Amino acid sequence: MEELTIVIGGEQGEGIESVGEILTKVLSQMGFSLYGFRNFSSRIKGGHSDFNLRICTGKEIYVNAEKVNILVAFDKASIDLYLDQMDNSSIILFDSKSVKSDSFPLPKDGVIVIEAPFQELASELGSPIMKNMVALGMICALNNQSGSVFHQVIKNRFIKKGTKTAELNIEAFEKGYAFIQEKNLYSIPLGPVMNSKNMFLSGNEAMVIGAIAAGCRFMAGYPITPASEVLENLIQMMPEFGGVVVQAEDELSSIAMAIGASFAGTRSMTATSGPGISLMQEAIGLSGAIEVPLVIIDTQRGGPSSGLATKMEQSDLTAMLGGTHGEIPRIIISPSTVQEALYDMGTAFNLAEKYQCPVFIAADLVLATSKQSAEILDPLKFEMDRGKRVTDEELAEQGKVVFDRFAFTKDHISPRTIPGQKNGTHHATGIEHGETGHPTEDYKNREKMMIKRMNKIETATLGEDIKTEGNGEDLLIIGFGSTYGAIKEASEGFNMKGIKTGLAQIRLLHPFPADQLESLINKARQVIVVENNFTGQLANVIKQHISDHSKIQKLSKFDGRPFKPSDISNFCKELV
Amino acid sequence: MSTLKEFRMDIKPNWCPGCGDFSVLAAIQKSVVSLNIEPEDMALISGIGCSGRISGYVNVYSMHTMHGRALAVAQGVKLANPDLNVICAGGDGDGFGIGLNHFAHAARRNVDITYIVMDNQIYGLTKGQMSPTSPHGMETKSSPGGNPEQPVNPLQMALASGSSFIAQAFSGDVKQLMSLIEQGIKHKGFSFINVFSPCVTFNKILTYEFFKKNLVILEEKKGYDPSNRGMAFNIVEETSSMFTGVLYKNERKTLTESLPKGSGTNMLRQGYFSLNESMKDKLIKRFI
Repeated sequence: MEELTIVIGGEQGEGIESVGEILTKVLSQMGFSLYGFRNFSSRIKGGHSDFNLRICTGKEIYVNAEKVNILVAFDKASIDLYLDQMDNSSIILFDSKSVKSDSFPLPKDGVIVIEAPFQELASELGSPIMKNMVALGMICALNNQSGSVFHQVIKNRFIKKGTKTAELNIEAFEKGYAFIQEKNLYSIPLGPVMNSKNMFLSGNEAMVIGAIAAGCRFMAGYPITPASEVLENLIQMMPEFGGVVVQAEDELSSIAMAIGASFAGTRSMTATSGPGISLMQEAIGLSGAIEVPLVIIDTQRGGPSSGLATKMEQSDLTAMLGGTHGEIPRIIISPSTVQEALYDMGTAFNLAEKYQCPVFIAADLVLATSKQSAEILDPLKFEMDRGKRVTDEELAEQGKVVFDRFAFTKDHISPRTIPGQKNGTHHATGIEHGETGHPTEDYKNREKMMIKRMNKIETATLGEDIKTEGNGEDLLIIGFGSTYGAIKEASEGFNMKGIKTGLAQIRLLHPFPADQLESLINKARQVIVVENNFTGQLANVIKQHISDHSKIQKLSKFDGRPFKPSDISNFCKELV
Repeated sequence: MSTLKEFRMDIKPNWCPGCGDFSVLAAIQKSVVSLNIEPEDMALISGIGCSGRISGYVNVYSMHTMHGRALAVAQGVKLANPDLNVICAGGDGDGFGIGLNHFAHAARRNVDITYIVMDNQIYGLTKGQMSPTSPHGMETKSSPGGNPEQPVNPLQMALASGSSFIAQAFSGDVKQLMSLIEQGIKHKGFSFINVFSPCVTFNKILTYEFFKKNLVILEEKKGYDPSNRGMAFNIVEETSSMFTGVLYKNERKTLTESLPKGSGTNMLRQGYFSLNESMKDKLIKRFI
């Protein structure tokens, strides 16, 4: 087979993550393309959780498949949730210790249901906890993977708990493996691998690597789902690179610390989700007013208020675009794959320093937490642009007492000095100010300063501000962020049927690439804007910038689940 | 050698004549000159309120930030550049009202900065409402029947939060104020100096005369040991906070010293950075 989907589901705390980690580590090293989405609840133990892993021998994948080939069910919810995604070659493995065989309806013809004694086999080794490794063994046997290649990875995973534990887990794996082999059950072998060696990582992890590679050396954050991984990974990795990471007392402090560190010259960032963005509003305004570079990651989740903390949504776009009182310049970048999330960090820090303003990374829960294969990091893609920095020599020549930090210039960007530089002292204040930074209410100065700040970002670009694929003559599908995978597959499906379909994933949300998008829209017969929010925030932004609204239709999903390709193709079927 | 002139700005402060904050401004300028700090090596970070304007009146790298958040900004500056002398300044509303959370956390975090609060027990810039340090019963525009709440005690807050240097000063005694600021700057770790800085316009109760009459000098108290935390708590109670001098001093590891090895050694404030192969491997090894 060219692709295979495995789902492992159960109560949180049943070791589902370990199964996923080990399985993906091995498969990724073997060169398969992977996409893994973790479905989880906002609690530690209990509550259903599952890991949905799609494995491909060839093409790159950016979304889960809609068909499940192997389902490992530790709980009944796993079966309830995935039963309608099974077809006549799918396999369900369940343990009658935790799921009664008469508690779920008989699946469609052809679905193979196997009673698998995960718990019993693990208990034979002394601990039912190891049932997850028993299940892993069964999965590997089912798709004809060699068991021995898993041993080292299992050992590495459990060695922290002692050699004995590691060995027992390997035994548990072998027991599961043998169970399938002995019964001479079924197998779904995967075809040969087409790709070279890959990284396999989440968007959160990619943004961490990207930040460090981009020269970010200060981060302050406050734990929040689903952005905590950024803080945790940076705390672990940053010291080796000489930087500082602080877990602050709240988001107000996180962003304020990052502004302070940036004022001092260091590339600085914070990472949060919706509620944190709400708390940071005032500081976002300060960084805009005093023209301090800043990178803010917003991994959007279900809102408003506490909303759906562990579920998918893209409803902070309006907050990122217009948040804070008054008007400030800002740049908003939207990565749509893990690979983009990685390299966008380099771009974000360059743009922040070049344009001296806050730069948002508009990530979302699916991008942040699901893991994808990505090509090995290329350091050459991280060339630093530190913007208009004044050298010590230039300052010595100027010999000014107070530096004109906010000088009016042709491109509206003022040369910048940092503490420690002689003759570079200046004042920075959120009050309207003149060229030295000192407060003034002079109306002429106010007008000039507003024009300077607001217009300076006009030239900001990512190079590729809209990612386009396909010819959208019949249908153009527009989206941003992680919806890319579902849009791509829906669009490919239409193209195979002869409907000329194109996709346009907006990568730079502000300043908005209006002209480019307008010409794409003009060429299309039907236009649909796909996004995970109620009001159609992206569609509304597009309508602000495009004169002809007649073709634009909205497809919104706000139930907390990511888009499936079929959500999009079913909606579009009516149109084309 | 730096001179007082270098630290002065040609800007007239927007404070009322007689405001206690003038003394604090002068004392900061004189202290840094006497410690031979150069203007470019100092960052003055302030909050919002009358006193918050102080950062615009000193010629150093200065930032007038947000209401209540100056301490967070100041810690960020210091963590990014430990060579700077970082002073944070603001008022009692800024530090003990909207910013009280950050005050407690900055104290326990022990980043090496100096926090000077100009405490006038009133909101001056908004024209006379009660502040978190207004005494119980004090009549103000927002407490016409007398303040119904108990005030915050900043000294006990600082003690309880683990501040490693705590002092109190009075704008009416610039010499002592200077000495305390100098000690605060020299102290390794978070130093907090609460300054009674009378508001001559809106506070007719806690006036220069009041403080002159009621303040005792801690150094003159026989047997007082500022390294003894229990004694410090007691003296605040005993004097109802009406004293000046060093209340508590006990150096401990700063945050920078407590962070994992390597932290803060390469902040890339200037210049360019490119990944070499070994750094690249370190970054990606976990994800292969």
